[in-house]
Amino acid sequence: MDFGLIFNEAIGEMVSPTTAAYALAALGLAVHFGYSGLLNFGQAGFMAVGSYAFAMSTIHFGVPWWLGFLLAIACSVAFALILGIPTLRLRADYLAIVTIAAAEIIRYIVTTNSLTDVTGSANGLAGFRQDFLRLNPFPPGNYLGYSSPDFFYRVFGWGLVIVLGIVVWLLMRSPWGRVLKGIREDELAVRSLGKNVYAYKMQALVIGGIFGALAGLVFTLPRDVVQPANYGTELTFFLWTCLLLGGMSTVLGPVVGAMLFWIVLSLTQNVLFGLIQIGVLPWLNPSQAGQLRYILVGVALMLLMIFRPQGVFGNKKELAFS
Amino acid sequence: MLLGVLFALFLAVAPAAQATPAPSPSPNSAGSSSSPGSTSQFPNTISGFLRNAGQPLAGVKITAKGNGFEGSTTSASNGSWSISVPTEGSYQLTLDESTLPSGVKLAAGQENPRTVTFNQTTNVSTIFAFGAGITVHQTSFFSDLANRLVAGLSFGLLLALSSVGLSLIFGTTGLTNFAHGEMVTLGAVVVFSLSSAGAPFWLAIIGGLLSGAVFGYAQDALLWKPLRRRGTGLVPMMIVSIGLALAARYVILFFFGGETQQLPYSQTTDIDLGPVSVSPNNLVSLLISVVVIAILGFVLLKTRLGKATRAVADNPALAAASGIDVDRVIRLVWVMGGLLAALGGILWAYYRPGVTFNMGQQILLMIFAGVTLGGLGTVFGALVGSVVVGIFVELTTVFGLTSDLKYVGALVVMILVLLFRPQGILGRRERVG
Repeated sequence: MDFGLIFNEAIGEMVSPTTAAYALAALGLAVHFGYSGLLNFGQAGFMAVGSYAFAMSTIHFGVPWWLGFLLAIACSVAFALILGIPTLRLRADYLAIVTIAAAEIIRYIVTTNSLTDVTGSANGLAGFRQDFLRLNPFPPGNYLGYSSPDFFYRVFGWGLVIVLGIVVWLLMRSPWGRVLKGIREDELAVRSLGKNVYAYKMQALVIGGIFGALAGLVFTLPRDVVQPANYGTELTFFLWTCLLLGGMSTVLGPVVGAMLFWIVLSLTQNVLFGLIQIGVLPWLNPSQAGQLRYILVGVALMLLMIFRPQGVFGNKKELAFS
Repeated sequence: MLLGVLFALFLAVAPAAQATPAPSPSPNSAGSSSSPGSTSQFPNTISGFLRNAGQPLAGVKITAKGNGFEGSTTSASNGSWSISVPTEGSYQLTLDESTLPSGVKLAAGQENPRTVTFNQTTNVSTIFAFGAGITVHQTSFFSDLANRLVAGLSFGLLLALSSVGLSLIFGTTGLTNFAHGEMVTLGAVVVFSLSSAGAPFWLAIIGGLLSGAVFGYAQDALLWKPLRRRGTGLVPMMIVSIGLALAARYVILFFFGGETQQLPYSQTTDIDLGPVSVSPNNLVSLLISVVVIAILGFVLLKTRLGKATRAVADNPALAAASGIDVDRVIRLVWVMGGLLAALGGILWAYYRPGVTFNMGQQILLMIFAGVTLGGLGTVFGALVGSVVVGIFVELTTVFGLTSDLKYVGALVVMILVLLFRPQGILGRRERVG
């Protein structure tokens, strides 16, 4: 077993575009849950809406990349409004059920065979990043071991994470953010101050949803293919694990949580594979090793929630639940 | 403890691999050799079989033309034919109808000549259909409606069985349990494992039901009761249940594997009851559900235990003050909920049909839809809501929705219900606050 290689791979996983996408989507969840107390279990749906809006507008209408981005954002805003209008007045767990259902509705619709011409059904859509790649400022070459486009995706993904992280940080220091935190702590008190709680919640839902859509783009552009199987409920739950791992009402928490999540996944996978290869675990086959990691994710989510709900960075006083 | 039992169980029973259907003879094995003009053994082939009502058609001439190439062949005695072509691309394929045996004609709508195109493979096959061709199975709208109604009722009732536990657990503890789907899966998976290990069917069923009950008991004893004691909030408990669902689902995948397996007696032919044609499994499932739900209703309405359960669901503090042992009632609710979920899972495995590791995950949102529709926390609301959802899901296919979208309708309805009547059909207003 080559530990150098295993660690290298884990570090590579840490800065991959997928990790950036997870960090961004978890940051959106932090806006939803950590700062506003909204239980969004449909973040995978927001990611799907963003990716499909971009892919479909590019492939079917040949729109330039910036218009595709704008459309992705517009669609996620519309999705957030549709979800928020019926549920934001209700108790928290209703929003949870509605968002998870809405995300599944999106997934069913892009999977159905009757819309194959539009969505590509289960095979998805491919080949929509050419126009976006024209933005790549890096001439061909080797950048820290990555090819020029690969490096560009990382710069793009993590650049977005940094910019939006600062945006969230500034937002939550603003009076607007203080009202949101107030709603999280005591909705009635904020309402009695004359604030429109419903509008504030809706704004938070929309902003977190836009983060989700952008995360979808960061996730899907390097692959150049968008497939419904990637956007199941499990993606949402992994994002929640990232969020809770780092700390839900912090800016750094979701980002570090996503990095930790992928480092741990990569390490366990490669260590298990190594052990299987040298014959230490004869009762395990490689695909079971992959499954073992997800058992670990589930158990970690439970233990985190029970024993350290504030995560690595969080402050126990700032929990969306008490 | 439970995982240990499962572990031992699965080690003893490696799931039997499904027999794959015997492959039909390859068209390449014959055919091209019978024609002198076409076979210069190019890497790419166009091939197919000619059959009319199961009988192979021999000696039929087929020509391929395109990309500066022309080749022809005649079908072999087993009906197979193939033409080798030099490059991938599009070819025009012509079947010479004058060489067909007398009385045999191409079916209506069969293109001849037709264009075939290679798509990243070195072989394309194309089928010429003969005789009446593929007929669309025509049923009248009303018999279709009646069939779907019965199927929907059967689905709705098994959904009701699965959702009673979720609703009661929500009512008594306030927990929205995302791990409920895994109790559903467990029932079906244990029945499959036991029966493929050679246990008699009735024993396997009992084992499946017991596994659900034990899982429910273990969950409450080892996880939820300690959490309630600590005063953990409802939202953290909900997230814990998500973690449990993930862990349990992948534990099942770990041992069971990703394949779809069939329970014993899952293959049946439909029987006709008057205007309705229904599969015997659906019918039996329907009867079992009705009987179990009737017993459940009787227990809840008439026995002391049932009254205590409803009292706790209504107001735990008040129930405790009137001398009801709330923890015992909650434990009972978990055990019964697990058992009913396992029963629902077994019936679900016959309804789909098939056992997979994520079957519970698929039904979980339908359970949520049923429970929300009926009113969170009310038992009878869950029953009514589930039946409505089940029938609705099946009926949407009659009214034009494709079957891979049938669950979407139920989810949309659930969201609409929350918009206009968030307390559900039988719920009360103050619960939703």
